[in-house]
Amino acid sequence: MTLTATRTRWLQDNGVYVAVVALLLFNAVFTANFLTLGNFRTQLVQAAPVLIVALGMALVIGTEGVDLSVGAVMALAAAIIPLYLGAGPVPAVLMALVAGLVAGLFNGFLVAKVGIQPIVATLALLVGGRGLALVIANGQLVQLHDPAFLALGTGDVLGIPISVLIAVVLAVAVAALTNRTTFGRQLVAVGGNRRAAALAGLPVNRVLIGVYTICGVLAAVSGVLATSRLGAGDPADMGLLMELSAITAVVVGGTPLTGGKVRVLGTVTGVVLMQLVRATLIKHDLPDSIAQMIQAAIIVAAVYVARERR
Amino acid sequence: MTTLTAATRTKVLQRQGSAVALVLVVAVSWLVFPRFGSLDNLRDLALQGSFLAVIALGMTFVIITGGIDLSVGSVYALGGVLAAWGSQYGFLVALALPLVVCAGIGLVNGLLIARTNMAPFIVTLASLLFARGLLLAITDEGATTYQIPPDSAFVELGRGTVFGFGYPIFVAAALCLLGGVVLNRTSSGQNVFATGGAEQSAILMGVPVARTKIGVYTASGTLAGLAGALTAAYLQSGVTVIGVGTELDAIAVVVIGGTLLTGGTGMVLGTVIGVGLIKVIQNVINQIGTLDSNYQSVVSGVFLLVVVVLQRVLRR
Repeated sequence: MTLTATRTRWLQDNGVYVAVVALLLFNAVFTANFLTLGNFRTQLVQAAPVLIVALGMALVIGTEGVDLSVGAVMALAAAIIPLYLGAGPVPAVLMALVAGLVAGLFNGFLVAKVGIQPIVATLALLVGGRGLALVIANGQLVQLHDPAFLALGTGDVLGIPISVLIAVVLAVAVAALTNRTTFGRQLVAVGGNRRAAALAGLPVNRVLIGVYTICGVLAAVSGVLATSRLGAGDPADMGLLMELSAITAVVVGGTPLTGGKVRVLGTVTGVVLMQLVRATLIKHDLPDSIAQMIQAAIIVAAVYVARERR
Repeated sequence: MTTLTAATRTKVLQRQGSAVALVLVVAVSWLVFPRFGSLDNLRDLALQGSFLAVIALGMTFVIITGGIDLSVGSVYALGGVLAAWGSQYGFLVALALPLVVCAGIGLVNGLLIARTNMAPFIVTLASLLFARGLLLAITDEGATTYQIPPDSAFVELGRGTVFGFGYPIFVAAALCLLGGVVLNRTSSGQNVFATGGAEQSAILMGVPVARTKIGVYTASGTLAGLAGALTAAYLQSGVTVIGVGTELDAIAVVVIGGTLLTGGTGMVLGTVIGVGLIKVIQNVINQIGTLDSNYQSVVSGVFLLVVVVLQRVLRR
């Protein structure tokens, strides 16, 4: 291997980390009030829901799938919370998580047992799920007043926002799941070559259903946290286009869409990178139009660098 | 012999399933809702369907090559805004500007996908963002809605009628006819099928795979831009907020029409039937005035699910 090849390879694997460090340095020098605790707090709180969804998405993409329904699942969670909040925050959150579980099971069943392609299977729930959420909520935004529930999105533990803590715990859990458990190995094997995994006797269907279920539950968790932070159940806007943000973060983080590989730390960094990019553009008063075009360029550049050579 | 006929029957059902469903849905709607069969309603239905049909036509080609084009919703909106902005300089500019710009976006999609081995999903996801960003950039961040002068000839393109049927219907019909002929009767069409069927074999056989891919993405961008221009002409303005999620509608109707996302098979007629089905169902839900409009997407989702599950079961 020549030096250039080694260097290319290194850049492919670590480009996203380099980009985050570069962006942090840029902001430290050029952005006023960037290196403040308040700012870091805001950035992390904003990134937490995306990160939680992206973790599930990374697992799904690792199996050579994709889950387009995550935004709709968040909307379902947002619609269900107000219905059960009267019985207390715990039942409300549990019901929202159950909705995510059912949605994930449903997706997993369609992909694993019926054999429908992940894009189409989850597209059905994307189209129908948000409609269902709106039907449940009568198309209304519902203000929430339960202090215990609202604390989830706004409260702190040891000075760290609760939603950020939950995101970190989940990231560690997902990393442990992929790297330290049989399930994680099976997941990557299924994504690498489904037929070979089946022939090797791996429980392919169970792995697939499990992965989509995890993704559904994580999307619901994200929906719960975002709803709590907003202080209202808003199924019309909750999680809109979240599937695209999550997929972007996962792919920018170095998990290939072709499956067989899951990079959890890369996904976390991908989320942070996209959040930093947005924050940088906003803080320098660049309009939304330019911001979107720059994000497009970053996605292409990141995937171009990380692509596998023919 | 019996197995053969059973197989043939399954194949017929698979190919004609959506057509059968369309006939059933139309027949039932006609009987249940007296207003459904009125000429006005049918004209309106066809007009609403024509914009989606033009977009879905391009998507059909892309999906047959085994790809996907997520950018069409944004490109559609961009095309409308460009047409409305260009209309102040006359008919030709209003029509040519969106076509050229949107073809350019499609061309870049195609080049990136064909030449750099990047996944179509990601490339077109990026251009979804890019096109929406470009749209915002030329409309003061979405604050400006360009109006088309009412006396402009361009308005006629969207609002003119023959026997009460709007011009966009004829444009869509002509393009779909052309698309069907190209796909089934020309070597370019064969290349599209070969690219999606088995890319490596196609390359070995000398099929110009890269050129074919560039071609289909360019066509998809151009058609989305044209659909946007027609919509702008019909609405007499370049509405900035349209097209969000239209790519998913287009993918859904293509899939309902029997084109497989794995590539290699598909048909234009199926896509047209898919558009018909979705639009008839939406129309019927609108006719039931008491029903929450949110049920539209629920029903569309369930419907998509039923169709793909049936396709899958029948293919076994």
